[in-house]
Amino acid sequence: MMGDFSSPFAFLAQAAAQAAAPADGGVGLSHYLVVSALVFGLGIMVIIIRRNAIALLMGLELLLNSAGLNFVAFAKYSSPDRFDGQVVTLFIIVIAAAEASLALAITLNIFNSLNTIEVDEARSLKG
Amino acid sequence: MTFSDGVFWVFAAIAVVPALLILVSRSIVRMAFLLLFSLAGFAGLYLNLGAGFVGFTQVLVYIGGILILFLFGVMLTHKTDIFVRDRGLPGLTIPGFFAGLLLMGALLYLALQGPWKVREPAAPGGGAAAAATAGAAGPAGAAGALGGDDSRQIGMKLLSTYILPFEAVSILLLAAMVGATYIARAQAPGAPAGEAALEKEASA
Repeated sequence: MMGDFSSPFAFLAQAAAQAAAPADGGVGLSHYLVVSALVFGLGIMVIIIRRNAIALLMGLELLLNSAGLNFVAFAKYSSPDRFDGQVVTLFIIVIAAAEASLALAITLNIFNSLNTIEVDEARSLKG
Repeated sequence: MTFSDGVFWVFAAIAVVPALLILVSRSIVRMAFLLLFSLAGFAGLYLNLGAGFVGFTQVLVYIGGILILFLFGVMLTHKTDIFVRDRGLPGLTIPGFFAGLLLMGALLYLALQGPWKVREPAAPGGGAAAAATAGAAGPAGAAGALGGDDSRQIGMKLLSTYILPFEAVSILLLAAMVGATYIARAQAPGAPAGEAALEKEASA
């Protein structure tokens, strides 16, 4: 298990070492962007590789979260108004909730008719 | 390294490592609980960025709502073995891995190379913003970030500048709620309702 944990740490630390840090060497905008990029890539991988519909939705949530983190980070570090990005992130959270409820309803419907939620099994258009 | 920097590293690890484990994990339930940690890490990052309202909304909506919804979805769609294994798409594992890696690399390149315009820490943006941006160490910084008036400011922005998106999102949420209820319950005419069909299946 520790092997699993050490490699992402190494990658993260290496990426952050190259980050354009603020003058005092502390955590800056780039660090948050790096976290967001890592999670976005992982979310894309989850979406492509998994075939369980609920696992796909989890990947989608990772994507939405990384986008929201970017908005909040830019709102703090770049934007003249630090609340604009936060409002957009709130919208993202609300839309994610709507999306998750609808997608799970569709997933339940697929399960009712096909008795599986593996996405490559759902090939028929009606029934 | 200030206190805020240490908090960042902790929550960044909590956000990224479970996301990686979601990718390699096989059990859907385990993935859901790993997602809980990842979402909590994001909430911590929001708090560390001085966005207290967004962070707590994240906890309420994502961890308290969407994650529970996922667990319900798992339980409703895996009646016999809830620790279902996800085999993954065999033909897509390697291409998907490299596609994600490529996108991740491109985003990392952008994040690290892009000449992002960074506001000066001393720029006027409210007392809490200045305190948080300056990386004020210790509980004082955290209190400044969380005890600010950001929910008031966000509320005023929502009802002035962002009134149209706010209303649109309200309608979207209502439509999604009605639609989800309809899709999850409604069947073809004459067919038994969803739950009845499930019960029949289970008893058969």
